[in-house]
Amino acid sequence: MLFSDFLMRRWVQLAVLLRLHMLVIAGATLLPFAVWAQGSVQTVPQLTGHVIDNTATLNDAQRQALEAKLTNFEQAKGAQIVVLMVPNTAPEDIAAYAQRVGDSWKIGRQNIGDGLLLVVVKNDRKVRIETTKALEGAIPDLAARQIIDSAITPRFKLGDFAGGLDAAADQIMARISGENLPAPERSTSKRSNKSHGFDWTQMAVFLFFAVPIGARLLSGVLGRKLGALTTGGVVGGLAWLFTSSVLIGIIALVAGLVFALFASLGSLGRRGGTSVLGAGGLGGLGGWSGGRGGGSGGGGFSSGGGGNFGGGGASGDW
Amino acid sequence: MKFRFSGLLNLTVAAVLAVLLTGCGYNDFQRLDEQTKSAWSEVLNQYQRRADLVPNIVATVKGEAAFEQDTLTKVIEARAKATSIQVTPETLNNPEAFSKFQAAQSQLGSALSRLMVVSERYPDLKANQGFRDLRVQLEGTENRITVARNRYIQTVQEYNVLTRSFPNNLTAMMFSYNVKPNFSVQNEAQISAPPVVDFNKK
Repeated sequence: MLFSDFLMRRWVQLAVLLRLHMLVIAGATLLPFAVWAQGSVQTVPQLTGHVIDNTATLNDAQRQALEAKLTNFEQAKGAQIVVLMVPNTAPEDIAAYAQRVGDSWKIGRQNIGDGLLLVVVKNDRKVRIETTKALEGAIPDLAARQIIDSAITPRFKLGDFAGGLDAAADQIMARISGENLPAPERSTSKRSNKSHGFDWTQMAVFLFFAVPIGARLLSGVLGRKLGALTTGGVVGGLAWLFTSSVLIGIIALVAGLVFALFASLGSLGRRGGTSVLGAGGLGGLGGWSGGRGGGSGGGGFSSGGGGNFGGGGASGDW
Repeated sequence: MKFRFSGLLNLTVAAVLAVLLTGCGYNDFQRLDEQTKSAWSEVLNQYQRRADLVPNIVATVKGEAAFEQDTLTKVIEARAKATSIQVTPETLNNPEAFSKFQAAQSQLGSALSRLMVVSERYPDLKANQGFRDLRVQLEGTENRITVARNRYIQTVQEYNVLTRSFPNNLTAMMFSYNVKPNFSVQNEAQISAPPVVDFNKK
């Protein structure tokens, strides 16, 4: 009896210690990054579309045409091509800058990683095609250089930026099309689901344990009706926060309300604890999967998050 | 009775030890150790790519009859030296072997970049399509080496922080996990000095 007691206490101590360790490690690993981020290098631009022109070189029609071309290609083949135009990259050179942008954006589908970054540095008159590891076979460094030499440089020299980018996009797309990459998935639900990026496990833990327990606690303190109402409100509020959809929030609110009522009924009637837990969990799950379906309304471009840029590609100038 | 008690004690010790090990980052050590190994393999992979490229470059440059023999010989020697060093996973835990390997690679790197600078003086070579292609490939390879080294540096940093922070340092001591060597700049003093620009000399 004493022995098991000792073990139990040991476990608790260890759990607390472990928590502390994790905090220390997290702090220690994050600190250098924070310092590094304060350096004088340029910040990575926001990934807003397939064509990001920070130099105001392309007019609206040109930009939209290129954007439409690359969007269509992504829908047809799955590979993500992004064109980024910046005025300069000082203090870094174009390769280091492009690498950093690629590492941050991670364009390319999840688990496939087929992304390509075309960076134009207008004031330095430099251009770079940066390929992910998945596309190093489709577009080896030499091919990237050839694309720059044949499509980009001659047109850029004449000041025809849109034409150069368009021709380069054509050649890049032709090369990627020749590569045997998996076809894109038709439904967009998978990606939009991923883009919310919340932790499934944590969510499940919350819904299976926190909701029924919270409902019991609150109904104990505030009374059955008010307690259920509060729990429902909290669940709805959280669902709204996570999915940023009012409709889902309301659905979750109602679900939380109903199941909190059930949970508190169970506690009053001294029924089996497992059935209460089960019902609460189910209710939470219902509201949550609704949020998953409703979240796909964004429609905008977002990175697949699978691209791994290993330094492949080529640079050129004009 | 006594025997049974000691059996129970053993069991307790084993249980506590198991819990302590998971609590004190033993698994984290294993995970990060594997990560550094794979990052290191990638570094080697890219160095190998460069070494494989050198014979082609040398062969192309040799076609240029009047090419500076000294520069070319240095590249050939540096490559021979770099590829002659046997790299094993133990290299990672041996700072001396690591720095030796590192020195050989950086020698090859500087010999190659010298070759590329010198080649600028040979118009025929510069116009040679084969040489230009090799140049692009070398540039891409150097970029890949940079990225691979950078990723290795980051993983080693993570591992070393784990090794040195309390209480994981106790675990590290118990199993004699040492901090892993990281890349350093060969000519630190040289590059930290401001460059001297003198236009009057010419």
